[in-house]
Amino acid sequence: MTIDMSQFFQVFFDEADELLAEKEKLLLAVDVSSPDPEDLNAIFRAAHSIKGGASTFGLTDMTEVTHILESLLDKIRKGEMALTSEHVDAFLVAKDILKMQLDGHRLGTPVDQDAVADVRMLLQSLSHDVVPVITTPIATPSFEVGSDTAELKSAFKIEMPDIAQDDASALIAELGLLGAISRLPDEGGKITLHLKTNEGKDDIISICSFILNPDCLTITDESNIDNYADKKTTESEEDLGYGFFEPIENMFPSVSAPEPTQVPLPVSVNSSPIVASTNQTDKKPVIKKEIEKNNLSQESSTIRVGIEKVDQLINLIGELVITQAMLEQRTQELDPITHERLLSSVAHLTRNTRDLQEAVMSIRMMPMDYVFSRFPRMVRDLATKLGKKVEFLTYGASTELDKGLIERIVDPLTHLVRNSIDHGIEMPAIRTQAGKSDTGKLSLSAVHQGGNIVIEVSDDGGGLNREKILDKARQNGLVAPDNMPDADVWQLIFAPGFSTAEIVTDVSGRGVGMDVVKRNITAMGGVVDIRSAHGYGTTITISLPLTLAILDGMSIRLGEEIYILPLGFVVESLQPAKEDVKEVNGKGKVVKVRDEYLSLIPLYQKFALEPKYIEPSDGIVVIVEVDGKKAALFVDDLVGQQQVVVKNIESNYKKIPGISGATILGDGGVALILDVSALLRSVK
Amino acid sequence: MAKTILAVDDSGSLRQMVAFSLKAAGYQVIEAVDGQDGLEKAKNQVVDLVLTDQNMPRMDGLTLIKSLRGLATYQRVPILMLTTESSDDMKAKGRAAGANGWLVKPFDPQKLTEVVKKVIG
Repeated sequence: MTIDMSQFFQVFFDEADELLAEKEKLLLAVDVSSPDPEDLNAIFRAAHSIKGGASTFGLTDMTEVTHILESLLDKIRKGEMALTSEHVDAFLVAKDILKMQLDGHRLGTPVDQDAVADVRMLLQSLSHDVVPVITTPIATPSFEVGSDTAELKSAFKIEMPDIAQDDASALIAELGLLGAISRLPDEGGKITLHLKTNEGKDDIISICSFILNPDCLTITDESNIDNYADKKTTESEEDLGYGFFEPIENMFPSVSAPEPTQVPLPVSVNSSPIVASTNQTDKKPVIKKEIEKNNLSQESSTIRVGIEKVDQLINLIGELVITQAMLEQRTQELDPITHERLLSSVAHLTRNTRDLQEAVMSIRMMPMDYVFSRFPRMVRDLATKLGKKVEFLTYGASTELDKGLIERIVDPLTHLVRNSIDHGIEMPAIRTQAGKSDTGKLSLSAVHQGGNIVIEVSDDGGGLNREKILDKARQNGLVAPDNMPDADVWQLIFAPGFSTAEIVTDVSGRGVGMDVVKRNITAMGGVVDIRSAHGYGTTITISLPLTLAILDGMSIRLGEEIYILPLGFVVESLQPAKEDVKEVNGKGKVVKVRDEYLSLIPLYQKFALEPKYIEPSDGIVVIVEVDGKKAALFVDDLVGQQQVVVKNIESNYKKIPGISGATILGDGGVALILDVSALLRSVK
Repeated sequence: MAKTILAVDDSGSLRQMVAFSLKAAGYQVIEAVDGQDGLEKAKNQVVDLVLTDQNMPRMDGLTLIKSLRGLATYQRVPILMLTTESSDDMKAKGRAAGANGWLVKPFDPQKLTEVVKKVIG
């Protein structure tokens, strides 16, 4: 083979990945009692396409599995066999195995060959109710392309007595796994097969012995004869892997002068197929020729780009936004009458920059489906394992979120979904007793709210048990008064190491705890909230910023410096009356805001700056809230509100306590972005 | 002028491989993702050869072949089936639909170009 096939591998891998995901989705949705024929066809096609690709690319191990899978699916879709839930289970297992094999080829991850053999047996037992004792040797995964018939060393002619049609096709399929098989026309009650393979005679006999007595077999080695024997045309056709139904001249109007009177499509039954010319192996010089590069995928509607290129683009846009802001600020000082045209151009630039920024940011956006799509399978497996009935619904799968965030939300969400099934939704019997439907409802939803995405995991299970949580909290030495509001009680489950003994099971309650969920979400700039009613279910709400690269900020002045306060944390700002600021012994100052005393954080002390005002009543206090905890930041002045491009300070300098990043302002100056959570922690 | 070939296959990797090998051999290639798409593209431009897969969503290969043969412009255009099923039954069906020949999948690119060359030069 002279074409470098490696360039198509990636395409095949991506495609197979998509097909497998699609197949799983269809399988999970299929109604076993009355499957939609269109769905069965689609599942079949997915297996079929993977098989086609795998065999083309020489991934024999995948071909073998898909082959058995495909024949089984074919029977089902043709109605020769009824679909059962065992089938669906087996198909799902097969999907996992194929995925494992695919990853084995693509990423070099280990492939559990025992599992592969198991799934083949499982599928085979389902397809002809015969559990094979031995399976054919599993080909070692290899990237070597070109295991096509031409490279198969030996050829065998296998003759056997006539057997049932089903057995014959099963046998042919099995033997087909060894190499290229063709069936010659039956003669005198005998079935004659022609097999080209790299395996030995013994392998053929051991496979045939499942179906018939090996003594009835006649296997002739034709490896040597094959090249010289004057074969029947049908045979050579099979070997070549192609054929024509009529002489080429008949279908080639430009060479054989077309006669107007000719019947448009002459299909003569006795036409002899064209035998390949003997110079078949002549080097075709055209193929390896340096072709106009990269013209292969011009029809595809997506392109794959490395994430670093996108990030670089985003960074550049960030710089452009800053430059544009600078330009805007400078031109504002100009006389609008004399510079009218310049000012209107700058206004255009502002608008275009904003559009450009939005467009570029949307490149990093991915639909939540990326996360949601992995749950139906997990829910199904988990519910089956626990003996629960769960109906799983997703809403807003097309809602978009930044790629960086979407990858980090997977683990926390997985944990929450597991928790809901394990602890939330009750066993069917208990549900019925409680007067609920025996099937629990679990839903995942995503929706945009302002600059945030709100993701909810909601179940209609037993809800949180207030008493149990309070007891456990007291055991853990947490302060938990009886009159604590519900919302605060629920927040207790986020405390590190919090897990009540009764609810630890095999599925969840170990490993990652709710505290880790909370920490992960907080690290992403998000908030977790719980609503629960005993007996009615629990809803956990996660609110995340859409992107980490741009932040809505409030700029504040402190002496000569400008700082940015992330707007999401800001509740309100006010100028306190002198009598509302009180000194608490050893605890610093507090501010009374509508009958609530909040700790006052004088920012100038934190950053050792020379402020304009020392008295809070002369300056401004900004009330910020993190995780339900409020505090008042004392600043000199509020400057304005603006979107800022977040620049990482850690990677360019080092971590500074109380600072989460930096940005460049319209005038070219640098402003630090305050880490509000850290500031609030420091007052505790 | 380079001959144009319509390659119809729902599998992107196979389609690209077909297109790539044929382009390397100097043909122009139009790609279609299924029978329906193939039929529309065939109507837009009359090609010199059609290569089609059998199992595809929306419209399968046999239906595509039949539909093409129903068009006045496609009476004499060679059509080859690319198929994983090389059973006599499939061949008979292909022939009845109006295909001129078949090529079994998997094939290597060299064989494909060879077969195509035989048919349209």
